[in-house]
Amino acid sequence: MSVGALSSPPVRARPARRGAREALKGWLYAAPTAIFILLLFVLPLVTVFRMSASDWPLLAGDRGINFPENFTDAVRNRFFLDSVVFTLTYTVLATVLLIVLGLGLALLVQESTRWKGVLRTAFLVPSALGLASASLLFYVLYSPIAGPFAELMHSWGVSFLGTPEAALWSTLFLIVWRYAGFYMLLMLVGLQGIPDEVYEAARIDGASRWQIFSRVTLPLLRPTLALTTVLCVTGSLLAFEQFYILTKGGPDNSTITVVQLIYSVAFQGQNDLGVAGALSVIVLLALVVINFVQLRAFRTTEES
Amino acid sequence: MSRTPTTTLGGVAIRTPFWVLTGGLAVIFLYPLVWTAVSSVAPRAGTSQTEGWGFGNYLALVDYQAGVWVYLFNSLVVSVLTVAMTLVLSLLAGYAFARFRFPGKNGLFLAVLGILMVPYATLLIPLYVLLNQVGLSNSLLGVALVLTVFQLPFSIFMMRISFESIPREMDEAAMVDGCSNFSALWRVLIPAVKPGLITVGLFAFLAAWNDFFAPLILINDSNRMTLPLAVSNLRGQVQGVVDYGATEAGVVVLALPCIVLFLILQRHYVRGFMSGAFKG
Repeated sequence: MSVGALSSPPVRARPARRGAREALKGWLYAAPTAIFILLLFVLPLVTVFRMSASDWPLLAGDRGINFPENFTDAVRNRFFLDSVVFTLTYTVLATVLLIVLGLGLALLVQESTRWKGVLRTAFLVPSALGLASASLLFYVLYSPIAGPFAELMHSWGVSFLGTPEAALWSTLFLIVWRYAGFYMLLMLVGLQGIPDEVYEAARIDGASRWQIFSRVTLPLLRPTLALTTVLCVTGSLLAFEQFYILTKGGPDNSTITVVQLIYSVAFQGQNDLGVAGALSVIVLLALVVINFVQLRAFRTTEES
Repeated sequence: MSRTPTTTLGGVAIRTPFWVLTGGLAVIFLYPLVWTAVSSVAPRAGTSQTEGWGFGNYLALVDYQAGVWVYLFNSLVVSVLTVAMTLVLSLLAGYAFARFRFPGKNGLFLAVLGILMVPYATLLIPLYVLLNQVGLSNSLLGVALVLTVFQLPFSIFMMRISFESIPREMDEAAMVDGCSNFSALWRVLIPAVKPGLITVGLFAFLAAWNDFFAPLILINDSNRMTLPLAVSNLRGQVQGVVDYGATEAGVVVLALPCIVLFLILQRHYVRGFMSGAFKG
């Protein structure tokens, strides 16, 4: 690539030619990414829509159109409604917990002192673990045989994963443990963006600490809150590993998420990629709608 | 992050509850990790370390099925491939987006960000089918390719702003010195964007090393499994009996490199969030 040397100052090409050369070079650098996107993102995206409209067993491959049937089968699946309700419940709880605790932790460690630096690191360490590793860790921790609370569980007759409610809250605890530091970090970035002068002015006006928080911090933090909420809702709606590893969907199929349903329709027993594709398309569209509504809501509250 | 003293939780009266609260929180966040590490070498009935302290659980892990070395090797291959591909792609694309005008530039950038909008799970099933069609079934390269795509939005964004923060004069100075365009990028710009590359590499490694879903779907051959998959399979292989000791050892082996890397590169980890991507 000696083209660059030619285009250096002494040779003044006509603007149009220079533009074309620049475009060519730009594309050369961007080409590997473009190829990746095309083959490993656009093509599978098209394929999942095709799959959702086709009779497509896991092993036999595409066997022709099966359009509305895949979708009616998907909706009629006996776990469909339960998994949608459970996923939404989980999403609301996880989002509220993580946003509130993330913000709380951020406010707690906001100033830079040595102890607060240590705290920040302590809260962040779990977020370096993979979700699967964290789930396996809590699988042992919650175990009625090997966990540190095993004897306590026996004498009190409680269990972490034995009832649907306990399983849900135990999983939520794992998620908070794993992600709270991550959300704290995002909140800290947002808090940093609020200029000191604003606080100064509020204090001169005699605002109490609560008033400063509710009238200054929260409104100015809105972009961060919007981003973290969208991030958390999206992540929670697609929950898989934590339930696949920790609860395996139990007890009594009470903790099956939508993504778990897709996985099991595709690979466990039914092996029906058509219906799995239809479920995927439903999730995809639902996610687009939900994120659109959320961003709209955050924007309108900003205007009012 | 300096605040004037009046906003700090000052005053002797609220000092003690503050220490209790924050100390308690630190314990809650660190306890599960410490307990797992200690318990993995502690004696306990029903595990491979019944008497005295020692590494019996780790030895059980070494002998588990194909052996932990195979799974470690597989995980390492996937991680190295993912990090390498992510670095090369985001370096080149970041440079293209920061320095050149070309038709379709905005469209391509939107497509990259579009990856964030589409659920991982929705794409894995068609990717499974497509990779099978091109002979990449049960392939570690296939897993790495998939993981790389999902690293692109963050990585390309990161490298784009890294390049944009370097003055253009630097490119020009290098080219006047007689470098071709490509070696100018190589010799002058790479040292300048090194912090960005470290951040991108760190995130790509953590994602690839820890990923569970992609290998779960794309790998069926037990000799090609990555470590998270193998450790997760420790539960309930032999008549539903769970080897808790070996599971703990597995979690430690999985978590240790991540925690060490995080502590060493904490500055770069935090930088990833400060990059402006999240300023709304």
